[in-house]
Amino acid sequence: MTGQGVVWLGSPSFPEAAREALKDSQLRANLKRATGTIRDKRLAVASELDDWEALREAGAAIKKRTARHLDRYLVQLEESVTAAGGTVHWAADAGEANRIVAELVRATGEREVVKIKSMATQEIGLNEHLAEQGITAYETDLAELIVQLGDDRPSHILVPAIHKNRTEIRDLFTAEMGHWGQPAPDGLGDDPAELAEAARRHLRSKFLTAKVAVSGANFACADSGTVVIVESEGNGRMCLTLPETLITVMGIEKVVPTWSDLEVFLQLLPRSSTGERMNPYTSTWTGTTDGDGPSAFHLILLDNGRTDTLADEVGRQALACIRCSACLNVCPVFERTGGHAYGSVYPGPIGAVLTPQLVGVENAASLPFASTLCGACYDACPVKIDIPEVLAHLRAKVVESKGRTPEALAMKAAATVLDSPRLLGAAQKAASVGGRALARNGRIGRMPGPLAGWSDSRDTPAPPAESFRTWWRKNRETE
Amino acid sequence: MRIALFITCFNDTMFPETGRAVVTVLERLGHTVEFPQEQTCCGQMHFNTGYRPDAVPLVARFARTFGDYDAVVTPSASCAGMVRENHPRLAEEYSPPALVRQVAELVPRVHEFTEFLTDVLGVTDVGASFPHKVAYHPTCHSLRGLRLGDRPERLLRAVKDLELVDIPSADSCCGFGGTFAVKNADTSAAMLADKNAAVLDSGAEVLCAADNSCLMHIGGGLSRQGATVRTMHLAEILAATEGAV
Repeated sequence: MTGQGVVWLGSPSFPEAAREALKDSQLRANLKRATGTIRDKRLAVASELDDWEALREAGAAIKKRTARHLDRYLVQLEESVTAAGGTVHWAADAGEANRIVAELVRATGEREVVKIKSMATQEIGLNEHLAEQGITAYETDLAELIVQLGDDRPSHILVPAIHKNRTEIRDLFTAEMGHWGQPAPDGLGDDPAELAEAARRHLRSKFLTAKVAVSGANFACADSGTVVIVESEGNGRMCLTLPETLITVMGIEKVVPTWSDLEVFLQLLPRSSTGERMNPYTSTWTGTTDGDGPSAFHLILLDNGRTDTLADEVGRQALACIRCSACLNVCPVFERTGGHAYGSVYPGPIGAVLTPQLVGVENAASLPFASTLCGACYDACPVKIDIPEVLAHLRAKVVESKGRTPEALAMKAAATVLDSPRLLGAAQKAASVGGRALARNGRIGRMPGPLAGWSDSRDTPAPPAESFRTWWRKNRETE
Repeated sequence: MRIALFITCFNDTMFPETGRAVVTVLERLGHTVEFPQEQTCCGQMHFNTGYRPDAVPLVARFARTFGDYDAVVTPSASCAGMVRENHPRLAEEYSPPALVRQVAELVPRVHEFTEFLTDVLGVTDVGASFPHKVAYHPTCHSLRGLRLGDRPERLLRAVKDLELVDIPSADSCCGFGGTFAVKNADTSAAMLADKNAAVLDSGAEVLCAADNSCLMHIGGGLSRQGATVRTMHLAEILAATEGAV
């Protein structure tokens, strides 16, 4: 199956998972605080640039052009990487990518790898696969480390541990760090600097001994074969420079045509993701260089449902995503439910359009409906992905895939009524009579059936005795 | 100018007073309004829930019913947005070229009520009086769909004796989202709770908006909480005159 690993097997539908998440008031408080902070920072730094809208246009245009000629740019990338001393591998799905990585690690004779945060390896479940092969993968990104220590799942693209507050993190470090290497210092407090220091010590021994590293990629330039990672902590740079073998797993949509295209994205990405003008570390590498950095470099180009997505004219725009997570931070739904409710490696609005396409709409049918179509995500997206448009498009595909459901029949009946002023008038009379019978003091309280969810927290006004069209006919047409 | 009122099926059924208010305001400004009885629904519910083919006859009906008017005015930002954004899309997707043309010609003549007043008629003072503390809720479709900007506030500020107050985080969605409120009732309720807390914080006596659907959701929540804040469509405030309310 394509899109393997993108959804977490056994996850409930979005409404069910959201119901559970909403009960967790600590989670909601953590999310509200974190998304609110990043949201305000992003608005401030984006508004500093006079040409922000032009940059978004440029980003969207580059991504569109890349998608149109993806085959050509990927072949060019392979040639450039190979010429620079790297090796390129093509993986059609998660299984193939995992097999390639495991074989490459095994060939080095090592049993440990350090990792820098990568959505693609989350997507294919690489850590779990390596563990089955007797290879331990150590996450070195702080938030990713928190998730790993907690045997948890990431809840956000950029801030995978957004659902945890610092006290929860302190408790986790104290309980778990010792099982993975250097334990947390005694009497660890929950001050962020103290927590970061504990993580630094824990990770240092790994950096200094690891012979193999696995990374993701933010961009790869077809013309030069240069791979790019942007990050905040510097742990990625350690992974990218210290080990002897570097294995990079990237989705095929991450290619950009030229080195100079980075000019646009390196302005858009940090501002949209962390609300910074520039991210602290930008690492670029091109193949291998004797005596400097890894002596072996492998680039794995992962499809896993991406060419199927590319085939959909409306839906393909989701592949333009640069994983900044701005859409998550402005989404009122994500802000209440957190990322786990989406049941996928890719949460939030972008997840709601990307996941169903990577795995097939029938395998993530509740996600396109996990939005009010409020449009905040579209306004925030640095590459102008029209997420509401894709959501509506995918909803139609979900409906089509389900066939004759009770909802479909009801919608068909409603369409028949709404296409006839006479039937609509009759329905209005019925609603008025029925609604007024149910109402008390002009309000309808709790209702049974499909409207129970609605009426649990809202009163509904009783329909008026007279519709507008009836009023008009009586009062205006006789004049 | 021949002006038609597109009341929308939802307002027609649930909030006829909004339609009467639009007529009142436009007539006070010296215009005649027509109400073509063949009109029904813009197809928004079907489109947004994934039943696109079912919306196509409604697109055709809309084009047929309103094709002859110089202006079509509607007191609903979301329905205006549906017509403007998605009628051309649906016509392209499912229908013969004749409808594509008809829709393309009609769409520029379809106006949300506040746009019509400010942009087409060029007025902000519509001669209203409303001596109350009012908050305006920018619905997602007015804010990010139609980009109404400050048009509604300009109109409200020109109302005699009206005190306009701000809602904290006004631009965040109230959680209605049409069938979202039914399909994702719990998330919708959580969003509603935050919106209602903000509405109460504003100290407003009346909450208004350019969409009755969002107002029904917010007002329904306020009513369940026992709050006394009233919800009214903005048109009703603009229709109010001294001694009338």
